[in-house]
Amino acid sequence: MSGVAIEAHELTRRFGAFTAVDRITFDVRAGEVFGFLGANGAGKTTAIRMLTGLLRPTSGRATVAGHDVAAATELVKRHIGYMSQRFSLYEDLTIRENITLYGGIYDLSDRDISERTARLLARLGLGHAADRFVRTLPLGWRQKLALSVALLHEPRVVFLDEPTSGVDPITRRQFWELIYEAAARGTTVLVTTHYLDEAEYCDRVSIMVGGRIAALGAPGDLKRQFHTRSIDDLFVQLARP
Amino acid sequence: MRRILFLARAEVLHVVRDRATLGQVLVVPIVQLLVLANAATFQIRDTPTYVVDLDRSRVSRGLVNRFAASGFFRVIGESASADLANDALLRGDATMTLAIPHDFESSLVRLRSAPILLSVNAEKGSAAGIVQSYAARIVTAYAAELDAARPAVRREPAQVDVRISSWYNPTLDYRHYMVPGILVALVTLIGTLLTAQNIAREKELGTLEQLNVTPITRGQFIAAKMLPFWVLGLVDLAVGLVVGRVVFGIPMRGSLALLFASAAVYLIAALATGLWISTLVETQQQAMFVTFFIMNVYLLMSGLFTPIDSMAPWVAVVSQINPVRHFVAVARAVLVKGAGPAAVARPLAILAVFGAGMLTLAIRQYSKRTT
Amino acid sequence: MRALAGLLRKEVYHILRDRRTLVVIIFLPIVQVILFGYAIRNDVSHVRLAVVDPAPDEATLAMRGRFEGTGVFRIVAVVPRARDLEDLFQRGEAQGAVVFEPNTAAHPDRGVLVISDATEPNTGSLVTAYALSVLQTYERDRPATAAGVRIVPAVRMRFNPTRESSNLFVPGLMAFILTIVSSLMTAISLTREKETGTMEALLVSPLRPWQIIAGKVAPYIAVGFISVVGVIAEARLIFHVPLRGSLLLLLVEGLLFIVVSLSLGILISARTSSQRVAMMGALAGTLLPTMLLSGFIFPIESLPAPLRALSAAMPARWFVLVIRGVMLKGIGLTYLWPPTLILLAMAAALLAASTRAFHERLDA
Repeated sequence: MSGVAIEAHELTRRFGAFTAVDRITFDVRAGEVFGFLGANGAGKTTAIRMLTGLLRPTSGRATVAGHDVAAATELVKRHIGYMSQRFSLYEDLTIRENITLYGGIYDLSDRDISERTARLLARLGLGHAADRFVRTLPLGWRQKLALSVALLHEPRVVFLDEPTSGVDPITRRQFWELIYEAAARGTTVLVTTHYLDEAEYCDRVSIMVGGRIAALGAPGDLKRQFHTRSIDDLFVQLARP
Repeated sequence: MRRILFLARAEVLHVVRDRATLGQVLVVPIVQLLVLANAATFQIRDTPTYVVDLDRSRVSRGLVNRFAASGFFRVIGESASADLANDALLRGDATMTLAIPHDFESSLVRLRSAPILLSVNAEKGSAAGIVQSYAARIVTAYAAELDAARPAVRREPAQVDVRISSWYNPTLDYRHYMVPGILVALVTLIGTLLTAQNIAREKELGTLEQLNVTPITRGQFIAAKMLPFWVLGLVDLAVGLVVGRVVFGIPMRGSLALLFASAAVYLIAALATGLWISTLVETQQQAMFVTFFIMNVYLLMSGLFTPIDSMAPWVAVVSQINPVRHFVAVARAVLVKGAGPAAVARPLAILAVFGAGMLTLAIRQYSKRTT
Repeated sequence: MRALAGLLRKEVYHILRDRRTLVVIIFLPIVQVILFGYAIRNDVSHVRLAVVDPAPDEATLAMRGRFEGTGVFRIVAVVPRARDLEDLFQRGEAQGAVVFEPNTAAHPDRGVLVISDATEPNTGSLVTAYALSVLQTYERDRPATAAGVRIVPAVRMRFNPTRESSNLFVPGLMAFILTIVSSLMTAISLTREKETGTMEALLVSPLRPWQIIAGKVAPYIAVGFISVVGVIAEARLIFHVPLRGSLLLLLVEGLLFIVVSLSLGILISARTSSQRVAMMGALAGTLLPTMLLSGFIFPIESLPAPLRALSAAMPARWFVLVIRGVMLKGIGLTYLWPPTLILLAMAAALLAASTRAFHERLDA
């Protein structure tokens, strides 16, 4: 596989007359932590849904892990993990049952499932709640569970859509530690967030405004390029025409 | 594949933990079966009858007594007034009135023939025909009695002797006809409702998305969704049959293995229909509506309650694509008539084709991607 | 009162905007009445008859000819051995059979055996009865037959002289369809509000519980009434069910019935918190019982006593009486006041019960 994990070229999605994603072009190198920034409604989630094969692009091309997202969607899915913005696991199952289910769906052996479950739960401090129904858990713990499911099968590329929304600072740090560990192992991580300070944690970021990519590069380079002191300021500058 | 088992196990957990639905799946069908099997009958007993006997002779009283003692009729009132009789019919107090003219006995003696008038409330359509045939039987038997009591008359030899035999259900017990049918109806209803809600619910909750992002194939997905309910349906059927046997004494003349094999095929068709509906709609509410409509049509046009032979021809043709119709036919043939595989081959083949078709439709219709 | 008007307006918008549900609610009952009106029948006609005739002679051929000539029977198979009948019956190809002995012409007293498939008992009885009458007519027409004593019944079929099944079933069908659809409608409306949380907002508003219920029910009454008119029109125009009584009375009773059904729906949804459970309850719980216990298909007289009591608790059962009474018998309130009163009482009781259920939610 080449050094490029994600590649998008003029990727576009229209809903009727409304263009949610407007000809975005970018690529993400293997092992990179790539921040996908933008305001609510800027098109981040739509873009991710196209890259994960959940939504068909209106025009343009993209490949993930070397496979075309439109033509070889099912092949793409073998190599990706996904954590959606809205909690999408089963509330009437326990943490362990949710993880086991997805372990099985990703064809992990029983032994792998139990080993990795134990490891992930320990890392995220969920061990004591493993057999509680998800319905009873607070938001932060649910996010941890969703992140576990995304990383469980050690995919090549992981898409995280606002993983840190609504969690406390300690949990946020735990998440980013996990993200770095995954990246160190060679996993490519594309993460969206509207916490702009998290941009500093990424190797490179893109900023989407109104469906387009308004800026793309390493945080330090962008700040220099636009003469701003923080990504926050940069964003405000870009978002307000 | 292993994926199917993992997902199916999760489905089982969902069902088992949903106490309300579980009750509906296990308890409600059996309770309904017990209660309703007694309801679904066209059997005529104790038909309320109003008598106007203007003769009041020994012979006419004899006739009235025969009616009253038959068990099919119950005399609810008597008078000399035809108006009162008519009133009873209008009010619904009587279903039949029996009017005997004042010269009944004397006519029989002189002319060896006498008329009586039966007015039957035919609101009920062919139930009236049944009532009439019972009445005719009583009348004919009484006439024969009177005939035999007369002094010896030159008898004409060689009258055709007609004997009657009612096959498969000599006691004319309606429950033998209905219980298999009701059981099928219940199992179908519950199973299809559950599967119809299933995918729609995951759409509403948002959990479908996480599944769509995995490499699980559509075939595996549908199979996993169906498996637990398929097993559940067969279990329901088995329990229902035991209940039917123990409580209602329904016959089991044919091979139970054949019945369950047919049920296995049938359930695939029924559940796949539910899943297909579920892939078409967005909300559980819509799923319910559509399922309700289809189930209604299936049940009422399946020959379950009213015979297919009685349907208008174009409707009878349409019922050929109704899987319930075919399975009910198989169930009745196997249980009540003791039919073997050869006799039920045709409906079984249709069920297999339908099941395969429905399954393909459900798998095709389910899309892991929004276009 | 202004608040109530506002609620009414909102409910109407809800309904009008959900075009699909609206079409379904009005369209479904009407379509189903057509479909089932043609499907649910009890008439026995074109009975499929098999004949076992090992040695056909002029007697057996004559009798066979009689069967064909009636138009009621259709001879589907003539086989030489009785053994062959089993298969025909099991396949469902024959509903009845006539078995002749060899040498019937010479020895008529050998006998004829009439076999009916009594799996469905009434069809069986009718087949037997028809077959018997054919043979008896043949008997009577033979020369030199001394008749025994004969009592000749003249039979008049009242209210439905042609004994059309549609006259039996269509009125009941109307009641059945309207029941289910009305219960579904309200159950959906109310639980939908509960689930999306808007019920909370309504409950803390100045609207009193009875006003909330009235506001919710009223628009659906209008929709339900349209269904009533629709099914009556179908019964008349497509199935030619007579309307011997007062149309006005029928419409008013239809309106009353809709109110009762809707109130039942409200009560169901007041008691359940999940839309799904409510609907499952509405469907699984009411579909079969209403089909079987309301007198729609199966006569109530045939029900054993405990089920008859259960049936009395179903509004549809009383409405069936009313419809049949007005349409087929042409009677009015003089005879129909008991079921009407019962329906009124049910409406009052159900509305009171649901109001109380909402009061409880308010206090809880």
